[in-house]
Amino acid sequence: MEALGIWNYWGVVLLMMIGLYTVIARDHLVKKLIGLGIFQVAVILFYVSMGKVTGGTAPIIPEGADGSEVYSNPLPHVLMLTAIVVGVATLAVGLALVIRIREAYGTVEEDELQRQNRAGS
Amino acid sequence: MSEHLSALIVVLPLLAAPVCLLLRQTRMVRAWTSIVAWACLCMALTLLERVHTGGVITYAMGGWDPPLGIEYRLDALNAYLLVIVTAIASVVFPSGVILTDTSLPEGKAHLYFAALLLCLAGLLGITSTGDLFNVFVFVEITSLSSYTLISLGKNRQALTAAFSYLVMGTIGGTFLLVGIGFLYQVTGTLNMNDLALRLPELLGSRTILAGFAFLMVGGSIKLAVFPLHQWLPNAYTHAPAAVSAFIAATATKVSYYLLARIIFTVFGAAFVFDALHLHWLLMPLAIAAMFAGSLAAVFQTDLKRLLAYSSIAQIGYMTLGLCMASETGLTGGIVHLFNHALMKGGLFLAVACVVMRTGSSSVNAISGLGRKMPLTMAAIVVGGLSLIGVPGTAGFISKWYLVVGALERGWYAVSVLILLSSLIAVVYVWRLVETAFFGVPEHEVCEVPWTSWLPTWILIGATLVFGIWTDVTVGGASAAARALLGVTP
Amino acid sequence: MSIKPPMRMREKVLLRVASKAFIPLILLFALYVQFHGDFGPGGGFQAGVIFAAGFVLFGLIFGLEALQQVVPWSIVERAVALGLLVYGGVGVSCILRGGRFLDYGVLDHHSPMHGQHLGILIIELGVGLTVAATMLAIFYAMAGRGRA
Repeated sequence: MEALGIWNYWGVVLLMMIGLYTVIARDHLVKKLIGLGIFQVAVILFYVSMGKVTGGTAPIIPEGADGSEVYSNPLPHVLMLTAIVVGVATLAVGLALVIRIREAYGTVEEDELQRQNRAGS
Repeated sequence: MSEHLSALIVVLPLLAAPVCLLLRQTRMVRAWTSIVAWACLCMALTLLERVHTGGVITYAMGGWDPPLGIEYRLDALNAYLLVIVTAIASVVFPSGVILTDTSLPEGKAHLYFAALLLCLAGLLGITSTGDLFNVFVFVEITSLSSYTLISLGKNRQALTAAFSYLVMGTIGGTFLLVGIGFLYQVTGTLNMNDLALRLPELLGSRTILAGFAFLMVGGSIKLAVFPLHQWLPNAYTHAPAAVSAFIAATATKVSYYLLARIIFTVFGAAFVFDALHLHWLLMPLAIAAMFAGSLAAVFQTDLKRLLAYSSIAQIGYMTLGLCMASETGLTGGIVHLFNHALMKGGLFLAVACVVMRTGSSSVNAISGLGRKMPLTMAAIVVGGLSLIGVPGTAGFISKWYLVVGALERGWYAVSVLILLSSLIAVVYVWRLVETAFFGVPEHEVCEVPWTSWLPTWILIGATLVFGIWTDVTVGGASAAARALLGVTP
Repeated sequence: MSIKPPMRMREKVLLRVASKAFIPLILLFALYVQFHGDFGPGGGFQAGVIFAAGFVLFGLIFGLEALQQVVPWSIVERAVALGLLVYGGVGVSCILRGGRFLDYGVLDHHSPMHGQHLGILIIELGVGLTVAATMLAIFYAMAGRGRA
């Protein structure tokens, strides 16, 4: 039963698997990118839930603080700000590639792309 | 200023990239890129010299002391890697073939050079930083710029190759991020040295084990360890030839450094090899890579793809050095980083020269070119001999250390396998020699201008020089190996 | 029987009027997020994206050509570079004033606290500029494709 208590991790694992499965199983390149996005979001949730301290508040020292307050850990959030930017950049590069692939091949289905690549080489 | 060198070597290319967008004219941007690469090489050499005389250099970013702040930490291994990366950059960037076989629209060349500089900055950042999360950020900077560079290849297959690399690379990078998260969760620190201090008492934890596994898999995808190498042949084949030269010679080397750093500095050889027996997993994969890569190279009809498969085999040799976890073995692996960077960089540049003249990179394209383009073809031959490991070339030195390392560990079968797989390299190199010197010329071409063959020969010539004069390469590598193993000289 | 072409967005009065009212507010809010980032949630990243969103909305309603007349591609490209250089310039000027890279404390020799403030303010300006310009660049690259 202990394993069920950490439900946030179950959520993260589930999302990661959904993302990874989409990347592997879908032929449509945009769907692959969406899968990749879900995969990255799972990791972001993992970090954010890691930073939560039970009973902790936002890590801003209020006036008249006596040192007994409990704060959540802000560092994972800051790290994830960077990871989100990385994710956005990856998505932008990926979509730009998809647009150019569509222009060059006239399709964004992976099996069709492979067929054309084989026929071309 | 001089104490800031370890930060400036990363900051300079990072800030030089936006300057490219302001300069805009291709000729000025080219000159600027080359100047930046040379400046980085000078800094790297100064840093290497300083590390060898004065020991580890640390730099606290923003004045925040580690482990709270981000620390840049250079020891013998980082400094050695910095020299490899900047040396390759300072030869490839100014070369005359840098724009060969790209599909850049008119007036967009400055963006290409900006991406090259960003890639350089990312590689130098991974190498210098002592902070795990900072490593992830620089890994992504490198990867994103290399996806862009690869997609600029002439054929449309470059696009699909870049897309598959993007998918694999992002999964690899995200795995690294998950691993870093696990380590942070247990230890509460991201600084590699601090981690090394805190980990030993926590090594039994299952979270740490999972984190280690994620880091290894993520790093192995980036390094293209067999069987995670699928992205590499297509990416190297369809990228512009100069980009292949730069990335093949530097990106895998830096990923190798990252794996070595995680294994030896963060977790420690005792845990990884004595407790987890990782070498029983990595060694068969390395040997499989040596044979599968070399065998696949034999059957390729495209020069760049042939070199890419040979890279997979060479990555196998380096990983083998990692598995030995002894001073000789690691020295062999690290010196092979240097030598392989030289020969693969030189060979890809030579192929770029061929593409420049014939417009094709197929093996048939060099048919009979031995007379028409003697300098380029001689470079291919010498580079090929070095890939085989013929005495007198740099490739011999690294294989020698690897074989000795295997014998020291009592792995006699492994040392025989190293020699056997080198014999396969003879086959594919001989094919090139035969086509180039005994084939019938298909193209009426002349030798490339000196701006193209000179950079090729600087790298190929260096493999000859460092095949005989080994003080610098082997000396630096063994110092790096000692730093990794924590042996004080 | 001819099919009427679909109405363009700029011909719809409601969209036109509403967007004209909203765009200044969006830009103003972006500036608030930018400069209030010192004291509350906010900062260059968020502000840059919000700022760019204002322009993207303009582009959606009035067309890409109209937007490119307001902010031409060459300006966007230079703004991306400029923001990064502002960021790096602060870092390098910290070195020149005797501190470490990005050690804002040395920016004001009398009060390191004030130096920290000044440093992060300029840094966030650079970040905001680059992020806004990058967002616009991505929008141009994707929306402008296949038209020329």
